[in-house]
Amino acid sequence: MTEPGFGEKEELTEEEYRRRLRRSLLVGGAASFLGYRGWRWVQDQPKADGIPQVLRDGHEFNERIWSSLFREGHDAKEFPLSDASILRVNGTLGIRSELNLDGWELQVFGPDGDHLGTHTLDDIMALPHHDMTIEHKCIEGWAQVTNWGGARFSDFMALYEDQLPDDISDVYLETPDRRYYVTVDIETMRHRQTLLAYDNLGVPISERNGAPLRLATPLKYGIKQIKRIGEIHFRREQGRDYWGERGYDYYAGL
Amino acid sequence: MTDTLEAPPGDDAAPPTTERVAVLKHRRGSRWMHWINFPLITIMIYSGLRIYKAEDIYAFGIFGWEWFHFFPDPVYDTLDLNRRLARGLAFHFNFAWLFTINGLAYAIYTWRTGEWRQLVPRRRHLKDAWHVLLHDLHLRKDPPPNRGRYNEAQRLTYSFVLLLGFLAILSGFAIFKPTQLSFLTWMLGGYETARVIHFTVTILFCLFFVVHILQVARAGFRNLMSMVTGYEIVDRKVESHD
Repeated sequence: MTEPGFGEKEELTEEEYRRRLRRSLLVGGAASFLGYRGWRWVQDQPKADGIPQVLRDGHEFNERIWSSLFREGHDAKEFPLSDASILRVNGTLGIRSELNLDGWELQVFGPDGDHLGTHTLDDIMALPHHDMTIEHKCIEGWAQVTNWGGARFSDFMALYEDQLPDDISDVYLETPDRRYYVTVDIETMRHRQTLLAYDNLGVPISERNGAPLRLATPLKYGIKQIKRIGEIHFRREQGRDYWGERGYDYYAGL
Repeated sequence: MTDTLEAPPGDDAAPPTTERVAVLKHRRGSRWMHWINFPLITIMIYSGLRIYKAEDIYAFGIFGWEWFHFFPDPVYDTLDLNRRLARGLAFHFNFAWLFTINGLAYAIYTWRTGEWRQLVPRRRHLKDAWHVLLHDLHLRKDPPPNRGRYNEAQRLTYSFVLLLGFLAILSGFAIFKPTQLSFLTWMLGGYETARVIHFTVTILFCLFFVVHILQVARAGFRNLMSMVTGYEIVDRKVESHD
């Protein structure tokens, strides 16, 4: 019936079986106990930003794998414009105060906290305009095809080329009220599908979707695509991240 | 499971006696991986449900008529699935590696040992599966023919559930990294379709689990213990030699 070999006899006598049973129960019991201890070990880990340390390490392990697969030329899929609709609103953290469009400006800082520049929306709109129809993905599980128009972050960053050191690894962005903030790795920020967006489906982004300027990229979940950007900081190491600090993966890449 | 040997023909003069022997049924590797898989898949399904709860849009129905929504509130409350997305993701994306490694190890193992031959359904005996089903539902009295370790219904079910595991891993990676693994996501019909597949596979796993437990309970203690010791005790007829 079964193939010979692999170290197990085809048949045991009653005597042999009894020994086998005893051993199996012992080994099985010990293995179950170890399994249980392992589970407790995970549960009893010190918390690292809301989740057990070992799971946080696991997120970072995943990040290393997937970010090493990341290729600059590798784009997220784009869709026909006819599939797109105005993005569903989800979350108003950081944009609850009233928006003063005339008073809005974008502040830019270097890695040592040095103030590098201030921009109005016209400055951003003066950069080459790009638009993309992509599938926006929320970490909660829903996805929607939408269209973003704006300036590539790489074009914006080029304005500061001379002032920035070579070892910028991350970009930190926060809302004017500082209640929402994200850090995104520089590879993603420089990607051609990462926009400082001011249009959604050809019309100015609505207030609840992040007017006047938000981050838009199909390479990250929506939690990273901060609305109503107030400040941009170029950094040499990972900075704070609202949802990362609350148990989510800091990388959140797709 | 019943006797594997039949009394030799034309020997009805000798009064049959039985001897009790232990016959190898599940090899060491199969047993270990089976039991390791059990907690892993439990963790995967549980953390997966916590993720699903954050956007629980699937329902079962026809022509816009919703027959069953996944899931009713009592399910969420009982299982503590509300507002547990971050923890769900943390467990799911880490234990997924262990689940994948165990599955991969099993695939290599069944291939190297030739055990897969005991598992794949055979076309010429496919009719047996129907027979087994009717027999198990007490709709047909005569027992299906005994053709070795697993009957055709078991072969179909176990092959199917292994296929489900494979699909769970594929569709999981497809929705985990749809850009980096865009080919995989495309093969599975896109991000949203892959998510539906991933969810459906989970529900089928749960249904398999229910049937599996019922069948193991029906098959009895000796059968259950064979997944622990590897050997199943059978009472085999022998002729007396006095």
